[in-house]
Amino acid sequence: MEDIKLKVRGFVVDNFLFGNANGLADDTSFLEAGILDSTGVMEVVAFLEQQFGVRVDDDELTPENLDSIESIGAFVYRKLQV
Amino acid sequence: MQPLKGFSKKVLEIDPEQETAKICNRMRELLARAFRRRGYVVAVSGGIDSSVTLALAAKAVGPERVLALLMPETHSAPETLDLSRLVADCFKVAQHIENISAVLEAVGFYDRYAEAVRRVIPGYDRNWKSKIVLPSMLDHEGYRMFSVVAQKPDGTQIKGRLSLHAYLEIVAATNFKQRTRKMLEYYHADRLNFAVAGTPNRLEYDQGFFVKLGDGAADVKPIAHLYKTQVYQLAEYLGVPEEIRTRPPTTDTYALPQGQDEFYFSLPLDKMDLCLYGKNNGVGSEVVAGAIGLTPDQVARVYADIDTKRNGTRYLHLPPMLVAIVPEIRTNP
Repeated sequence: MEDIKLKVRGFVVDNFLFGNANGLADDTSFLEAGILDSTGVMEVVAFLEQQFGVRVDDDELTPENLDSIESIGAFVYRKLQV
Repeated sequence: MQPLKGFSKKVLEIDPEQETAKICNRMRELLARAFRRRGYVVAVSGGIDSSVTLALAAKAVGPERVLALLMPETHSAPETLDLSRLVADCFKVAQHIENISAVLEAVGFYDRYAEAVRRVIPGYDRNWKSKIVLPSMLDHEGYRMFSVVAQKPDGTQIKGRLSLHAYLEIVAATNFKQRTRKMLEYYHADRLNFAVAGTPNRLEYDQGFFVKLGDGAADVKPIAHLYKTQVYQLAEYLGVPEEIRTRPPTTDTYALPQGQDEFYFSLPLDKMDLCLYGKNNGVGSEVVAGAIGLTPDQVARVYADIDTKRNGTRYLHLPPMLVAIVPEIRTNP
């Protein structure tokens, strides 16, 4: 799972923070920190589907699954075990 | 947040005579002192917002100093042109029709749009109808993703969730419509030495429901401070024809009829108004919920979505940003 989190962190820092990862913890809420907007969520979903080969279903589009590096890591990890 | 006693849609009641006078005074003052132009161009769609804006402009500077610009295209609702003519005639304003279909064809809008939809619905053809929709926030607790609904000529509908690139391409292509219209508004404004009056209401302005440098561009936005409900109050006071006052709000952007609430806002507009007012005035979600027949949890979600949209659309409101201030140039009147 650490490998998944590392890739997600890299994607978020490169695409939304332009290299400035200051203050981005694994449990930082993207919504509360204002890092992701609705288009950003779509970008994250596209990244996960391309990078890890998982399909994010409509009912999986929740903050519990997608609102932090930690939650995305756990979500993708679960999907890959199935 | 503190509960507000007696919270109901009455909180949105205004004195339409007073409000009209205030807006008209400001429109005259801006025209004379800030813009130094001779009248107003108003793009009219047959909807309530542009109708009220046209009425206000005519009242402010006289109908002879206003041009109603009617700009239909292939996807426009059939009644749009008739209703636009009706309101221009009602307020005795000169009208000019510019069908923008040829311009949209020339920039490749119809082909680009169809190609984007085909990323999701491979068989999609230009002679189909379509629209973009979002799941209802009331029924859906997570992130909401856009889908395209396409209708074949035989009436069969197909729905597909939009990928990021399909969504961005559809939005970018569709934005041609608003930007083309704005280009023509300024053409006519320049040739007449007029200014351009924009038509967003408060909900649209606040929530970023406009196209940057499309319908988001204007010299003045006379009703951007008014909740939709208040726009309707002014419409009745100003004498906007009943057919327009009773027309269901529509984006009139896609070939399939599309309500603003199924595309962008969480709720029907009268409920959204009260939620926005409640949020702006510190009214507890449980109080607003009681007034509009929702649960406190649903209103809390709407409140959160209002913030999300404000944050997400901040970019649309930004003027050109300078690297260093040029002190000799004033950017406000």
